[in-house]
Amino acid sequence: MTSDAKKLSLLLLFIPFALWIALLIVLPHIGMFELSLKEKIAPRVYEYSLANYKNFVTEPIYWNTLLRTGGVSLLVTFLALLIGFPVAYYIAKVAGKRSKGALFLLCLIPLWVSDLIRAFGWILLLRETGVISTALQASGLIDGPIEFLYNDATVVMGLVYTVVLFMIVPLVSTLDGMDNEMIEAGYNLGGNGFTVLRRIIIPYAMPGIVAGCIVVFMLSAGSYLTPILLGGKNSSWFTEQIYDQFITRYNWESGAAFGFVLLIFTSFVVWLGLKLSGQTLSSTVAKS
Amino acid sequence: MKRILPAIVATLALSAANLASAETLRLLTWGSYAPDNIIKMFEEKYPDIEVEVTFSNNEEMIAKLRATGGAGFDLAQPSHDRIYAAQLEYDIYKPLDLSKIDMSNMEAKLLDGVKENTTIDGGVYAVPHQWGTSGLMADKSKAPDFSGWDDLCNAQYKGKTSMRLKRTILLGTAFSMGEDPFAAYSDLDKYQGILDKVADKLISCKENVKAYWKGGDDLQAMMLSGEIVASETWDSTAYKLFAENENIVFIPPSTGALAWIDTFALPRKGKADDAAYKWINFVMQPEMVKLMSASTGAMAAVKGAKDLLPDDKKAAVNAAFSDEDVQNLKFFANIPPGVEDMEGKTLEKIKAATGG
Repeated sequence: MTSDAKKLSLLLLFIPFALWIALLIVLPHIGMFELSLKEKIAPRVYEYSLANYKNFVTEPIYWNTLLRTGGVSLLVTFLALLIGFPVAYYIAKVAGKRSKGALFLLCLIPLWVSDLIRAFGWILLLRETGVISTALQASGLIDGPIEFLYNDATVVMGLVYTVVLFMIVPLVSTLDGMDNEMIEAGYNLGGNGFTVLRRIIIPYAMPGIVAGCIVVFMLSAGSYLTPILLGGKNSSWFTEQIYDQFITRYNWESGAAFGFVLLIFTSFVVWLGLKLSGQTLSSTVAKS
Repeated sequence: MKRILPAIVATLALSAANLASAETLRLLTWGSYAPDNIIKMFEEKYPDIEVEVTFSNNEEMIAKLRATGGAGFDLAQPSHDRIYAAQLEYDIYKPLDLSKIDMSNMEAKLLDGVKENTTIDGGVYAVPHQWGTSGLMADKSKAPDFSGWDDLCNAQYKGKTSMRLKRTILLGTAFSMGEDPFAAYSDLDKYQGILDKVADKLISCKENVKAYWKGGDDLQAMMLSGEIVASETWDSTAYKLFAENENIVFIPPSTGALAWIDTFALPRKGKADDAAYKWINFVMQPEMVKLMSASTGAMAAVKGAKDLLPDDKKAAVNAAFSDEDVQNLKFFANIPPGVEDMEGKTLEKIKAATGG
């Protein structure tokens, strides 16, 4: 009886999760996958074929955009790690107990505002007649107005700003669990700051680093608003291609195929990253 | 608990009664095409109809209707060139019952044009509502000689022009190169040839362009701040800016402004056709047209529409259009199947090209 009750409660706990996975993740993906295998022959006539995937491979514009998106996203991930690590280290190890919470909150505050509003904030700051350009001119540092907007550097900066928090959170939680005595022991044994960082802190924080990198990379490769709003004439982003296929070209079949290409590509990059760093998903994302 | 229960039952009963008596008219339309004051007056005249509005654009309207096979909305307002092919491909509209629409007041030229463009198997799928043009605008004090599509690529205005990377600029550029893209719709090989030439031109033009605008808001910001001096634009956006800065005027390109007509069309699985017809007849009354045009900035497809514009808009239109310009209008032709793909590829090529 008691074991039956236990089973029942387990089952009841499991059902919401199973429903969520099945109805909102698996089913739509099956539908999209089926759609991606269709080819339009004539109005209202569709046939199964691999034409959409072939189209992706044979058109350099598409895979160039995908590689570009992947490359820029890796750069964003790297920069987010570079900026996020010291911040996380400070919050976890240097800051006092009370200021810790306040600092963490400060990192969270930008998340309370939507992506769109933050992008518009950047636009106001960076445009040719915007705050920064005007201020620089008033201070006499530059002669004419400077356009900071509409280039790839702006896109990278905007993305780093949006995602860096997702790097900081797993890093803080990993570093928090590290015993301060380990660091002291490192110094006692004659290591300098760099050696301690390289041999003790980074290896210990590795699960957090990898988890943060995975989340940040996925978020930035899949982002749409920031690259569209801050990007310029030449900054193509792969999600924009997917949107164009679906909406402006009415080509859902090809859009669905592009969606799967993006999914496979990002999964592959993550797999490669795990292999190279010698980590597994269960030791990183699941742990932190 | 005992007291709450009857309250819940009463609320449920009330809302059920509401559902039974009140009809909902679900509009799928452009931003500003269903201003609050008109909705309020409509609901006062027809108290049993409730209006629900979803703002969208041509592409998203069709995508939404396609996703549901034409369900979820009772009246849609796509442009006249977005009905024929969309209906053939996705079967998302149903033919109108013209006897239920008061067409006496509609501008005959526009009505006939829309009917001709949207008749399939004898059924008429749309009637006109608002019309306007796509063309150019320039700040006269900084670019006094701006007159044609190709001026966007004029080195004199380097880094000071903008355009939207969509099909309008492809068509405008084709016209400025002496081609007639609409005539080439019937011969897609020839059209591809035109598109290739247009792509070369627009790629070499890239360094002249400051940025491609994406919506009316960023275009207005760039133009008002003086970051650009001229741009491709919708006329209504230019009229809005004219109200803020009289130097900014709409310029019908020398080869003719491109004219669009936004229509009324019934989604195939719409549930409130009668309410939809009532809405159509309601907003096409002259006094409503005036309110509508004040909100949309575009002209209604009724006789004497220009006189029904608010005064500031009328001044802007008069500053922009001469009678010859009106004669020179090029109405968007129906988009045949396949052209969207060709144009889409061309736009991708331009966006991906590294220049400038």
